[in-house]
Amino acid sequence: MSPRLAILAAGPSVTLQDAGRHGYLRYGITSAGPMDALAFDTANRAAGNPPGATAIEVSAGGITVAAKGGPLGLVLASTGFRIALDGQALPAAVALTLEPGRTLAVRAGSAGSWCYLAVCGRIAVAPVLGSTATHTRSGLGGLDGRALAAGDSLAIDAARAGAGDPQALVAPWLDRPADTIRVVLGPQDDAFAADQIAAFLDGPWTVAGRGDRMACFLDGPRLTHARGHDIVSDGIAMGAIQVPGEGLPIVLMADRQSTGGYPKIATVIGPDLGRLAQAQAGTRLRFAAVSIADAVAARRAEAACLAPEIRVEPVVRTAFPSELLLGLNLVDGVVDARG
Amino acid sequence: MGPPPRLLDAGEAALVAEFGSAVDPAINDRVLALDDALRADPPAGLHETVPTYRSLMMHYDPLVLDRAALAARVVALADAAGAGRAAPTLWTLPCCYAETSAGEPCGEDVAAIAERTGLSAARVAGLHAGATYRVYMYGFAPGFAYLGGLPRELAVPRRAKPRPPHPANALLVGGGLAAIGTVPMPTGWYVIARTPARLYAPERDETFPVAAGDRIRFAPVDAATFSALERRAAAGEVVARREAYAGDPAP
Repeated sequence: MSPRLAILAAGPSVTLQDAGRHGYLRYGITSAGPMDALAFDTANRAAGNPPGATAIEVSAGGITVAAKGGPLGLVLASTGFRIALDGQALPAAVALTLEPGRTLAVRAGSAGSWCYLAVCGRIAVAPVLGSTATHTRSGLGGLDGRALAAGDSLAIDAARAGAGDPQALVAPWLDRPADTIRVVLGPQDDAFAADQIAAFLDGPWTVAGRGDRMACFLDGPRLTHARGHDIVSDGIAMGAIQVPGEGLPIVLMADRQSTGGYPKIATVIGPDLGRLAQAQAGTRLRFAAVSIADAVAARRAEAACLAPEIRVEPVVRTAFPSELLLGLNLVDGVVDARG
Repeated sequence: MGPPPRLLDAGEAALVAEFGSAVDPAINDRVLALDDALRADPPAGLHETVPTYRSLMMHYDPLVLDRAALAARVVALADAAGAGRAAPTLWTLPCCYAETSAGEPCGEDVAAIAERTGLSAARVAGLHAGATYRVYMYGFAPGFAYLGGLPRELAVPRRAKPRPPHPANALLVGGGLAAIGTVPMPTGWYVIARTPARLYAPERDETFPVAAGDRIRFAPVDAATFSALERRAAAGEVVARREAYAGDPAP
């Protein structure tokens, strides 16, 4: 029998995601998929999984898991999440083997909104319309179209034991400040006068606390439309920044509706979507308009991060809680400095 | 074939070809003709296309497909396409304005529409069932189809505040348009009737039988027939008649 990953606790909006449900936007079906594709890809790559394999997207609500029926190799990719194995703190981006009887807890920390948990092997859930990505609003994908909850248990096919002792991922690209978010103006920037475009780029904007997988809400100067705020509905790309009647921009994210009827002043470039998604409430940011060519160059640079094998290095401890020191086997080298 | 579309960037991975800014059958036909042409011979790197009332959104991988190459292709196709669009399908969907045999009202909001329009409930149902509709686009939710062709007498504004979730496969009116809402959602539209036909059935091979550009007529059925058809639809049958659309009547 294949080992299982047991969910002991899960906050809201912890979901299974793959690379997204593509090809059905024309029927009103949102792509869903990861909020931060770079962190998601990093987790799968470090786990030795194929690109786009199903992984757990952990929200700020956190998750606690255990392995049943055999050890499981796991990779966690985040910046700023607090990860603990039986209470022992681990780096925010880490590969490890979770042995049965041990407990891994993932909690939000000082930075970041999403952490990706990839299992070395295949999380055995059936795809719906070609994808396992969960879209809770329409009840599609994942486990019965819903978020994970305590008591769920995921069968893992072709499980591999993974890293053994915890190894830190060397993935500096995950550490992305969100102070400047690059955008391409349009598709409806002509619905705004020049001074309103300038006000949009100047900001500054504060990430409001009510964001989710559907949208990131911003507080800041109220923008006015040149000719009203209703347009005949058209398509919405992930990262589209729509400005409804009350004038505060909303960045539409992975679980957005496929079409909509508010003017979209600009679109966040692909490489900065994850950067924005990871920004915690209260983050202050500005938008910078870039050309299509610059956006494509940034996309190419991001793709290059994941081209080589992801390096790992032994976990270096900076703090030694007493229960750790008492439990330490001083022979096995867990506490070796790097190198 | 009309002026070339405006090309608008929605970031570096989506391009919009906009043929106009109105809800208009001729504009929608140009959108669908370009969509047909691109899908018949998609360039490498074009992931998916999204037709709407008046524009086509093209999602592409800019590391594979250059924006300028896609734009040139769109301009050439938009110029050539349009005249030769295959005949759309005409669907006849059964629908029920009465109470179901379980006693649930199908046209929950018919009374409200009658009140707003000054028409009798029977006249509201008769007008709705007597028209031929164009499926302009899908959006908002899985299988949520926006329909043009609602008789002017039924043009009521949308609600100021959404009502509780509509039932599955609800026929909706609001803002001068008609719609079919497959998945229960809170809505600002009015529920005028229900159809047993499922425009969206994820477990069925033919998940989305109706395409943008198709035409729809409604055939009223009584409650017992509605319930019987609903059972067949639940088992995976497409309970609607389909035929080639003979064309719009001459004005």
